[in-house]
Amino acid sequence: MQLSSINDKPALGTSKKTNSKKRMNNSEIKLKPVEYGNTAMNIYDLYHRMESNKVVLSFKGDVTSELMSSILQIIEQRMDSMNETPKLKKKVYNVLVECLQNLYHHIDQVPSEISKNGLDRSAIFMISLNNKGYSITTGNYIQSNRKESFKSRLERINSLDSTELKELYKEVLTSDGRSDKGGGGLGMIDIARKTGKKLNYDFAQLNDEYSFFSLNINVDDSK
Amino acid sequence: MDSIFIEGTPKTPNINFDNDKGSLLLKGRSIPENSIEFYKPLVDWLEAYSSSPKPKTVCDVQLEYFNTSSSKCLLDLFKKMEFMSKSGNEIIINWYYEEDDEDMLEAGEDYQSIINVPFKMIEMEE
Repeated sequence: MQLSSINDKPALGTSKKTNSKKRMNNSEIKLKPVEYGNTAMNIYDLYHRMESNKVVLSFKGDVTSELMSSILQIIEQRMDSMNETPKLKKKVYNVLVECLQNLYHHIDQVPSEISKNGLDRSAIFMISLNNKGYSITTGNYIQSNRKESFKSRLERINSLDSTELKELYKEVLTSDGRSDKGGGGLGMIDIARKTGKKLNYDFAQLNDEYSFFSLNINVDDSK
Repeated sequence: MDSIFIEGTPKTPNINFDNDKGSLLLKGRSIPENSIEFYKPLVDWLEAYSSSPKPKTVCDVQLEYFNTSSSKCLLDLFKKMEFMSKSGNEIIINWYYEEDDEDMLEAGEDYQSIINVPFKMIEMEE
């Protein structure tokens, strides 16, 4: 398990002032260039880029039930220490649950010719601060034969306004069809409703059989 | 028929379905990965209860969070209550939401518009 958390916890009792200051501070810290050994991956560079992008938590690997519990707990504590509003906390938590459970339920096996580490269910997840709230990004492989129907569902969701989304949600909720996990395709509609924003997604075609699906969701309490 | 009491966990709510009182309580978080597994015994219990319910049944839904996988299961429970109501039993569903939690209020209103049972929206102060 590769779980990384950037620990810059504000002291207890910090005000919202500190919070917004932290959000606005985009100034780059100038650092001396560091000499590296001949490592396969420049871990400092990765860390620094994550720090600059205000990444709170990121993960790459197999998404398990225990992992989701840990992530939810870490983010909840983090939002408490940041004195986020109850409204923002609830929205972020809800969207996070849906994003993580999407990864958990719908992930396709990593194609063997692409997998380098023997993990056959691997995904990437990242949550970072932005000016108004939080940004959640996920990425996972998807088989090309599932891509088109999934893409058209996302396009449909993005074409609807809030009233139409509410109607679609109720239509899917009351329809008989449901996946064996119970969701039945409500997750993305719910994310779009709760955030009040279009779903920002992309499919990177890897070969005839596989694409890499990425999703970026911004959550703030403006809606 | 026995009542059901289930202690809550970080992913599943407290359940107290009291056969003697005719009261049904769901309280806490409902975000399990497999909601059907958790809710099936509750739906079955309600099915059995509906054959000889109390004259008045009150269902208190006091959820802090629920995932979309739970939302269909909640609908299953409410449909059973709707059936009991149609058969002439008095049913009330109290839907609690925290102050400022418009999403939870809206979720309650969604069910209210689908299920033909009196819903009461109750705002809780934090």
